Parts: sequence; structure tokens; C-alpha cells
Amino acid sequence: MTTTEKKTSKQGSSKPASAKKSGVGAEPASARSAKGQYKYVGTRPVRPDGLDKVTGRARFAADLVLPGMLHGHVLRSPHAHARIVSIDTSAALAMPGVKAVVTRDDFPDAVPGNPVSDVACNLMARDRVRYEGQVVAAVAATTRRQARAAAAAIEVEYEVLPHVLTVDEAMAAGAPLLHEGMFTRGVEPAPTQPSNVAMRSYFEAGSLDTGFAAADVVVEREFTTKPVHQGYIEPHAVVADSTQEDRSVVWCSSQGHFRVQQQTAKMLGWEPSQIKVLPAEIGGGFGGKTTIYLEPLAVLLSRKANRPVKMVMTRDEVFRATGPTPGTRIKVKLGARRDGSLVAGKAWLAYENGAFGGFWAMLGAWCVFAPYRIPNYQIEAYDVVVNKPVNIAYRAPSAPMAAFATETVLDEIAVELGIDPIEIRLRNAIKEGDPTVLGPPCPRIGLEETLRAIRDCPQYRAPLGPNQGRGVATGYWFNIGEQSSATVHLNENGTAIVLTGSPDIGGSRASMALMAAEELGIDDERIKPGVADTDSVGYTDTTEGSRTTYATGWAVVEACRAMVVKLRERAAKMWGVDVAEVEWRDGAAHHTKGANDPLPLAKITAKAKSTGGPLAASASLNARGAGPGFSTQVFDLELDPETGLVKILRVTTAQDAGRAIHPSYVEGQMQGGVVQGIGWALNEEYIHNRKGVMENAGFLDYRIPVASDLPMIDTLIVEVPNPAHPYGVRGVGEVGIVPPIPAIANAIA
Amino acid sequence: MSRTQVTCTVNGDPAEFLCDADQSLLDALRDEMLLTGAKEGCGTGDCGACSILLDGRLTCSCLVFAPEAQGRDITTVEGLALGDHLHPLQQCFLEGAALQCGVCTPGFLIAAKALLDSNPEPTETEIRYALAGNLCRCTGYDKIVRAVESAAATLRETA
Repeated sequence: MTTTEKKTSKQGSSKPASAKKSGVGAEPASARSAKGQYKYVGTRPVRPDGLDKVTGRARFAADLVLPGMLHGHVLRSPHAHARIVSIDTSAALAMPGVKAVVTRDDFPDAVPGNPVSDVACNLMARDRVRYEGQVVAAVAATTRRQARAAAAAIEVEYEVLPHVLTVDEAMAAGAPLLHEGMFTRGVEPAPTQPSNVAMRSYFEAGSLDTGFAAADVVVEREFTTKPVHQGYIEPHAVVADSTQEDRSVVWCSSQGHFRVQQQTAKMLGWEPSQIKVLPAEIGGGFGGKTTIYLEPLAVLLSRKANRPVKMVMTRDEVFRATGPTPGTRIKVKLGARRDGSLVAGKAWLAYENGAFGGFWAMLGAWCVFAPYRIPNYQIEAYDVVVNKPVNIAYRAPSAPMAAFATETVLDEIAVELGIDPIEIRLRNAIKEGDPTVLGPPCPRIGLEETLRAIRDCPQYRAPLGPNQGRGVATGYWFNIGEQSSATVHLNENGTAIVLTGSPDIGGSRASMALMAAEELGIDDERIKPGVADTDSVGYTDTTEGSRTTYATGWAVVEACRAMVVKLRERAAKMWGVDVAEVEWRDGAAHHTKGANDPLPLAKITAKAKSTGGPLAASASLNARGAGPGFSTQVFDLELDPETGLVKILRVTTAQDAGRAIHPSYVEGQMQGGVVQGIGWALNEEYIHNRKGVMENAGFLDYRIPVASDLPMIDTLIVEVPNPAHPYGVRGVGEVGIVPPIPAIANAIA
Repeated sequence: MSRTQVTCTVNGDPAEFLCDADQSLLDALRDEMLLTGAKEGCGTGDCGACSILLDGRLTCSCLVFAPEAQGRDITTVEGLALGDHLHPLQQCFLEGAALQCGVCTPGFLIAAKALLDSNPEPTETEIRYALAGNLCRCTGYDKIVRAVESAAATLRETA
């Protein structure tokens, strides 16, 4: 194995750590003890945005009210596939209180096949509607009631077209086409006939024939999964104020307000600088808020009405018109020698994309064999359009379905060979330096450490009762880095403001404060982290791909280091010495020649005016080397043989965090991912009827897990530091959702 | 349409508002009284983000017509803290990292208060069933259940 630093921390499952008045975990900075080499990183303070969230003060987009504000409402397609013959808005516009209506006529032309245009057509249909729920028009009126009534008064004539709902229907010969101009990408030579296959992806290594010929055991299985929704509790919401002559100000619930700015501008044919986006608190996203839906509609309604406009989706709209993750059909064939070592793998993946082409099957292809060394493989993946809402990212998008296939086939091989399921995974686990499907050799990872952590955990050896089963699975997610910006300001009293461009969807402000505290050497309680609007901080990519604590955290570290350079310069000036004689540690400037007493940060900020003016520093970067994350989980469950009801009894999840900046929120990501995976495995699915209309667009019929469905979720944080990051951070947000589906299947099998 | 005048008590204070006959109490709280702590996650009583106490009883405010609040006593999340003193549930949610995005948190705090008001020493199972009407998509409920256990212990110690 690689020489990695390994530490595990554990949170017990049976009872809360204590019932002391001081609470269950968090401690003030003064009472916390240093952990290893760090004073703040790795501690568990109360999150900076917490007080507002437990008192009801936190301001989400739907909470905002502006003077003169109108309410917008959307008219959506009742058909899965139809040509729009005509739209008559005259009756709606004549209704009292109605101030503006927008339709396709209000938007610039869309170029078919262009990704931006696909987004544009998704949120305002042009020539036809391609799924039930697609936007056809939007209205702004003085009250919500009036806006709803006016939307209903818009007359739309449709010519209903035949539709397709699954990859099989869409790929069948003679299937109705969603896009006459869709010629499958990734096929040589390029096809001459259009189809519903947006893209083919293909990866291979070695020789399949040789590989399977060398196998003692070969198992091939086929899997289908249904679309599931991210299920964030806060519906999409936006307030737009376009009353300034050449500008619109937008408050919205988004994982990436810079993307909202850019996409909205492109869709409207505006300059990005004409749109200022302020990130509201976001009530969950999980990938589902990485694109735009309402924003351009609200901006344009506000422009037409010359008043601010608020738009809030209903839950029904969220289900029908925003992002589920794809339904799939996947075939996986694996061959192994008697000792369990994999010699060949073949995968065929077809992923629904919804009504416009995406790249979800390609991501599935990247992930399907990623945790294992397989010398001979062939992976073929198809991205397929169907008449359903446009798929968007959901936590490690595309990986859970691919893992469902590979991890259950691997388990079957383990059973056939009589090898422990953890042992067979350890035998095949990729290691640093191994080739990967994406090209570059595997970096330093924590896969084996998560496997051993589960093998050694008490649950793995706990006795099982009748009708009870145990299953394990491993999950992989590649994680991304991308672009981030951060700005640090010091106040005269020595407190600090740390601003980034990353919406905080899981506690990232707490992590930013801890990394800044470590760099500056001041208590995190003296640091106020915030998420700045698109005017006030450098460009920052969306909070997605488990990138924020990694990439934006890195930008915070760099901004703080630039600040420390300035602090040393100021101290040198105050002392009248060369800056080379000043070093920074423990929140103070130290004179290495010892002639001067240390100058704490607050003494330097107090003199900032006379030593050069305000202290501010920024950093922007494009973070590389995010490095993949791994999670291994063990599930114990009980199956009622009469009803088929599955009760989850115990779960332990081990995940490599690289370095857990705030362990409580790392655990929170792990636990949240596990439970979303449980819902996917047991309860959740989109149900469309034969007309292509969704039949369970509400939380009563689309049932996400509730507290009484679940046990405690035990967490084992594995720390194999990521060499690319100043603190060794590895993204932790997503991979936890990957193992539950196969682990539960393996436990039932 | 003429509007209905409603007089009630909200978080201990006398309150008056005008509402439509078919307006939900949630909308009246948020739009007429600008108490935006209660959230609309579904509007159909399935998610619990709009939870309030109505005469002490746990209620989805999206399922109550605003005029029904006449003469009633309403507690929202804004009424949990006593001045600067957080309710032990709020304190334990903070210290136990029992929230992530925070949009469901007001509803969970209210539902947990309803439980602890009637059952000061609930088991883990009782807590899980008492909170089963509240959806959280971020946390997996683990830290929420622990926070409620911890708050119950704190309340028993100070009782």
C-alpha cells in the first residue's frame, strides 16, 4: 500500500455523547484543544450562520419583500410532447392587476443544439414543448392569486406529438424524435440520420477477449433505475428588480450565483455586468440548483412591468419541471480469477437526459469501474433524450447507478468464490499510480483505508438475526476543483471579514472561518465569513462537485497568506526593521532578532491608517488536483418476508475527507448522503403515466426518508491528506450517496 | 373580495391582520405579519417546514385557513427564544450541528418543542416518530435526533 497518514475518528451510535448543559459537541474557541498540528482546523465550533437559522431570521429568497413588488407565475405544458400552434395572452393581460406577460416572443432566438440555447428553451419553450411542466409563458401581477388566475387565462393551442419516456423507447428504431437536429456526438463516422441519442462515450483498455478467457468466474447482470429528485426542501425562488435603466438586481436560491448571472445574461442577450446576483440563503440544492429556471423570467417580467417581481415555485412545479437525476439501463459483466482479482469488465450504460442532451452517461462511464484495477475493459455509454424534465446534477451525478451495477456484480463474484466482500474489494482497489479511465494516473487516495475502516468496525462483526442481512459497497466520485475567489478585510479592532463567491449549502462558511483562523492565527469567532454578490468578489464557479471547501477554501488560504505578507510589512514599518526580520506565527508578528515584543494582529490593525491604510487582500485561483473521494459503507437490514418491507437496522459509513476542517459538517455530509441513497434504494422514483404526465409530484406520493425510517448513521472519517491542498482537504459532499443502493441490494441478496 | 380581520396572539403578543377567506395561515404569517421563519416546502402538509404551535398543538400552518386563527394562540420559531436566551432546543441544534441548509430547522424546532412539552424524557424512537412529519434532506436526521435528546436532558436538569 501507499505510505499514507491514516487517522480515523469515530462517533458512537447508541446515545448522545453527553447530556451536559454545555450541549452535544460545539465548544468556544477558547475551550477547544489543539488537534495535531492545527489549532482551529479540525475543531467543531458553532457555524457562523447558525444563530440566524435557529431563530427564523435567516433570509431565504422567498422571504424577501421589496416595495412595489409583483408576483410572478408560470404557465406550464400539460403535454409530454406537443407543437405550440399559438399562444394568446390578450385575456390574461386584460385582467385586473396583471402588469406583464412574457412568452417565447420576448426572448432572443435560440440556436438548436447549443447548450446555452438548450437551457434557454428549457425555461421558455419555443416551437414545441418536450415534457410535461415545461414553461410556456409567465405572468406578473399585483398578487399571487391574480398571477395564477392570469396564467390560467393564457390560451395555448397545442398539436400533441408522440412521446418517449425511457431509454428503450427513445433508442428504438422509428422512435419519435425530440430534436430533428440531434446527430449523435462521439460516433465516427458522424451519423447521417438524427436520433434521440445525444452522445456516445467509449473507453477501453487491454483486450476483452483475452481478459474474459483468463477468468475463472464471469457474472453479467442488467439493471434499471428510475429518475429521482434531489428533494431539497426549499422550492426555487427569485426576486428580480430590473427597474434601473440598464441593470437588473437578482436575489435567488442558487448553488452558483455567478452562473445565474452568466446564463441569464446569455439567455436574454445582455452583458453579464447588467445583472447583479445576490445569493440568498439556500435551502438545499444537492446539484439541483446548479442551473437557472425562473431567473430570466423574473428579470424580463420586472423589466416589462418596471417593478420588482418575485417568483416562487410550488412543490408540484419543482417535481415536474426541475432536475431529477436520470433513469438508467445498465449492463455490467465482470470476470475474475479464483483469487478474486478482476481480469475483465464490460459495461453498457444508457442514461436518460430528459428533454435536452447532456453528459450524464459519460459521467457514469467515468465512474463505473473507477474504484478497481481492471486490466481489460470496455465501457460504452449513451446519453439519450426522453420526454421528461431535463436532468440536472444530483450529488455525485451518475455515479450511484453505475456503482449499483458494478458493486452488486462484484459481490456476486465474491459469494461465488467464497471471498469476503471487503477482501475482494481490497484485492482490486486502485492505488496511487494506477492508470485511470480519465487518463492521468491515480493520485494519492484513501480507498483502501475506507475499506479497512469498515472491515474493522464493530458493525461488520455484529451478529445478525433471522431475516436480517448485511451488505457492503464502495463508492467513487472524482471531485472537481475549478475557479474560486476570496477576499479578506481586517477591521481596526483586529476582526476579519472573509468573503467568497461560493454559496454555502452545507456549512462551508464554518470551514472558511476555520482555515482563515489557522492562517491568520486569530480565533474563528473573530472572523465573519460571508458569501458576496457578483459585484463584490471575483468570479467563482458554482458550489458543485464537492469543490467548495477544497477550491474556495484554498482561495481563502491564499488570500490570508497575502494578508500575512502585508501584516509583516506593517509590523516591520512599526518597528523600523527589515521585513525579512519579521515572521508571523500565533496571530502575531515576531521580530526574529528579538529586539521587539511580538505585535498581535489587533495592534497592527489599530495602526493601519498610519502604516499604509486599510488592510485587504484577495486571491483567485483555478484549483487543480481535487483528487477522487471514496466511501465504503456497511448496511444491516431486516426484510419482512410477508410484506417485503425493508427496515434499515444499522449503517456505518467510512469516507476519506483528506482533512476534516469541521468534522461535524463532514459527518453531516456523510450522513445526508447515506440517507438520500437509502431513499433512492427503497422509496423514491418518478412515476409517469402513459401520457407522460408525472403522477407523484408531491412529498406524499414521492416519499423521501423520514426520521422514523432510519437508525443513527455511524460515521468514520478517514483522513488521507490530499497533497494538492494546503490542509490536505478532499471534497466530501457527494460520494456518500454512491454506496447505499448497491450495499442495500447486497444485503437483501 | 372583502378581507377578514383576525385577532389572535402571536408569540405572546396581541396581533391583528387582514386576510382572504381562503388564505392559509402560513401565508398570513409570512405575507401579512412578515414572520418568515415558517417556510413553505410543499403547501400540502407533507414536509412540516411550516410547523407552528396552534393553542400549543403542533400544526402545519399551510393546512389552516388564516381566519381560523381568530382568538387562537400561535407560536412560531420567532417565539422560541426568550429575549437573548435561546431555547435549549435552539442551543442544542447549534452545538450539535443539527442543521445544514437550515430551511427545515424552524419546523423541526417547533415539532421538537411540541414533543418535549408533552414528553420530557422521550426515547430515540419516540423522537423519531414525533419528527416523522418533518422532512430534512440534508442531515439524515442523526444529529437532529441527538440534539433533541440533548435538549430534553438540559430541560430536565433545569426543570
